[in-house]
Amino acid sequence: MMKNYRFLAIGLLALGIVSCEPDLDNPIDEAGGVYSNGGADFTNYVALGNSLTAGYADNALYITGQTNSYPNILAGQFALTQETNEFTIPYMNDNAGGLLAGGQQITSNRLVLATDSQGNNSPSVYAGMAPTTDITNVLEGPFNNMGVPGAKSYHLGVEGYGNLAGVQSGMANPYFVRFASSPQTSVMADALAQDPTFFSLWIGNNDVLGYATSGGVGVNQAGNLNPASYGSNDITDPQVFAQVYSQMVQALTANGAGGVLINIPDVTSIAFFNTVPNNALVLDAQTAGNLTAYFSAVSQVFAGGLIAQGVPQEQAVALASQYAITFNEGPNRFIIDVPVSQTNPLGFRQMTEDELIQLQVDQSALASGYGSVNLTTEVQQVLGLLMAGGTPTQEQANILFGGVNGLDDADVLDSTEISEIQTATTSFNQTISAVASANGLAMVDANALLNSVADGGLSFDGGTVTATYATGGAFSLDGVHLTPRGYAIVANEIIDQINATYSATVPKVNVGQYGTITLSNEVQ
Amino acid sequence: MKKLLFLTLFGLAAAMTYAGGYRVGLQGQRRLAMGHTGVAVVDNAELAFFNPAGLVYLEDRINVSFGASAVFSDVVWQNDEFGQMARTDSPVGTPFYAYVSYKASDWLTLGLAAYTPYGSSVEWPTDWSGSHLVNNIDLQAIYIQALASVKISDKLSVGGGPIYVNGAVNFNRNLNRTLSDIDGNRANVTVDASGVHAWGWSLGAMFNPTDKLRIGANYRSEIIVEAEEGDADFSNIPASPLTPFNDTRFDASLPLPAELSVGASYEISDKWLVAFDYNRAFWDVYQSLDIDFQDPAVPDSENPRNYKDANTYRFGAQYIANEMFTLRAGYYFDESPVQSGYFAPETPRNDAHGFTAGLSVNITEKLAIDASFLYNRFEEINESYEYYMENGQNVPFEGDYKTVAFVPGLGVTFKI
Repeated sequence: MMKNYRFLAIGLLALGIVSCEPDLDNPIDEAGGVYSNGGADFTNYVALGNSLTAGYADNALYITGQTNSYPNILAGQFALTQETNEFTIPYMNDNAGGLLAGGQQITSNRLVLATDSQGNNSPSVYAGMAPTTDITNVLEGPFNNMGVPGAKSYHLGVEGYGNLAGVQSGMANPYFVRFASSPQTSVMADALAQDPTFFSLWIGNNDVLGYATSGGVGVNQAGNLNPASYGSNDITDPQVFAQVYSQMVQALTANGAGGVLINIPDVTSIAFFNTVPNNALVLDAQTAGNLTAYFSAVSQVFAGGLIAQGVPQEQAVALASQYAITFNEGPNRFIIDVPVSQTNPLGFRQMTEDELIQLQVDQSALASGYGSVNLTTEVQQVLGLLMAGGTPTQEQANILFGGVNGLDDADVLDSTEISEIQTATTSFNQTISAVASANGLAMVDANALLNSVADGGLSFDGGTVTATYATGGAFSLDGVHLTPRGYAIVANEIIDQINATYSATVPKVNVGQYGTITLSNEVQ
Repeated sequence: MKKLLFLTLFGLAAAMTYAGGYRVGLQGQRRLAMGHTGVAVVDNAELAFFNPAGLVYLEDRINVSFGASAVFSDVVWQNDEFGQMARTDSPVGTPFYAYVSYKASDWLTLGLAAYTPYGSSVEWPTDWSGSHLVNNIDLQAIYIQALASVKISDKLSVGGGPIYVNGAVNFNRNLNRTLSDIDGNRANVTVDASGVHAWGWSLGAMFNPTDKLRIGANYRSEIIVEAEEGDADFSNIPASPLTPFNDTRFDASLPLPAELSVGASYEISDKWLVAFDYNRAFWDVYQSLDIDFQDPAVPDSENPRNYKDANTYRFGAQYIANEMFTLRAGYYFDESPVQSGYFAPETPRNDAHGFTAGLSVNITEKLAIDASFLYNRFEEINESYEYYMENGQNVPFEGDYKTVAFVPGLGVTFKI
């Protein structure tokens, strides 16, 4: 019987030595086992920036956007290389995205892609649920993602930027109100109080973007060194930018923290300015002929008027010839309004090749003469008179000229505005580059990255990500901010530069597993 | 005693019995303990599965064997390019068997059998990196078979009978890698069908050239299980005409492949018996898993599998220690039917080494308890499934896989 027990004992022992859990040879879930943080310390990573850092998309901030923000993506990958603190995010209350202040809605819900009964798709404001994020409900921090939508470079150091009382006057930012540690604090103060061991800084986009998306209606503040006097659509003076930027980086690196600086994309590379082409005036042969005839008439009548005023014929014809715009069957560039000047007394011209139209231009107006000519009955009567060989009166001439229906300044980035933006962007990026190398920090050329997205796109395992609006995959429905997939591309580029600078081996993420735009017919 | 110890440890060192694809080779504790050999072993009613031709050589009038196993099987996957990892948390599978044979005359034995040779239960974390291929799957098939075993002479017998199969499947996966509703919940589909039935057969022969040597062959037919009008439930679909995924019904078919076994057993002495089996599973029939949704707005799902026929080589030994204890051990090598590039996480099987051991305890002359233990050792493997398509482009899903499976089992053998 003794023998028999021994058999049983051996059997039971055998059961015990078999492992139940499969183990890989090089498991990645042992922090630091496979991947290395190199010379960087990601223990306490803090992200500073604006809407792009917050994970803003589709014209709103909402939970899934925040989850897919590039700082949160980075934090997840950092945690594979070493033990890290939890990456905290001041989450919105819902996925609707609108903000309330004391129950009153102050920003609109996110955009979704809706499809009408004819099968046409268009971005529309999501109405499936009412917004529930009230900025008077202040969250308990600290938060590792300090991205504040709308912030410009010089805002991060402004005390009181999170003061509810200042929101209405524009002195404070409703998004920062939600998670500022006190009404008096600044974004920088709250970031520094966390004593980050590693930081990212992507700021300065709004220092040119507001000017750009408003069609250049703001002021180029180059030369004005007092940012307190700037409006929201102005371009920040490059010296002001350089000063606040280097001060911030100095403060963030004072305790020896490592970090990554991300530069400013070219606003002309974003979907917001590349969706409505400047030659979207598509004409059939007859309409093209009519328009050519109309502008020829305008030119002739204008020349005639000048001559009647005593201007020498040659000079009058030369000045008026700019209005004899010809149109062809197929695509033609739009007409825009410009300030009346001595060289352009009628104040309109055809767009040049590089000029841009913004995404939110009224498309139905474009289809009915906005950007070309409003051929009213009165205008046609004057044209009829001219065809019959008659001479128009001054009043009739003005009716004729009034038919011109150029695009407004706010809908267009003209060549002067584009060059102002590019000058400022180039200068900002020189500062960022210089500050990065002076401090031994990683630097990400988001400008080049988004240019390559816009120029042919970036391939991934499920296709190519391009800047094409709605379908390209990089840009959310506001045309300015990125989709989760776009942010994942940015995160991968940041990882590349961190790995190069700090001799780390942080793994990248799989871009194809990040989504793009959201479909919904629950719209207004 | 030393010999016994060696035998037991060897049995453990060699370990688990599964077979490739969704074949589950656990059709009898005594046979399993010997590496799932048995096409030429005459011992108890487990012959009903292994080779019905042998039933007629059982000495007792009535033989009954039944039992069940608990399959603990888990898989870990990782992709070190992207730092992703996932582990299955699969429920414990409980394949069972029940066999009875009745000696109607000297030359004829009748039998009944119920067993579960095919099944799979894999549960990955919901929305894991491979969720566009599978979140979870539960596949069951119960075989019920009537048998006749005919002795042609003391040296030769044949046996076989019709098989009735009753199957059920429940499968959930995400529609693709990204589609989600407004709250970010991933769009997914569950297909569910149960009570699906089909017919097949098996036929075996046994030849005994000497007192000590037996040779056997057994063939079980292919059975295609056709699920018709199953339920397809779509969840978390965006409220948009661009994603018209309404709940609908589906048709699909799943092959349970044919299997050929040949083998031999030899009685070295009164105490020692050794056995060898060769199995060939005709997996080539499993070319593609196609789900045909009835709603024309819902695109059909085509998933190439391209399995190939697979071999299993089995070895077993039995030692009768005393009147009370019989010890068994075995080993087998199980080829995977999955070809490189078709390694889908719903049946993540690569080649396996199975190490088995077990014992029978004779409680009385008529009643014995049979215990077995199987440990399946899989090599870590880097594999991919390359036939998932997105926007007309193949998107591979790859990584390192490692599977562990161990299966304790308990059964009863009874004879009158």
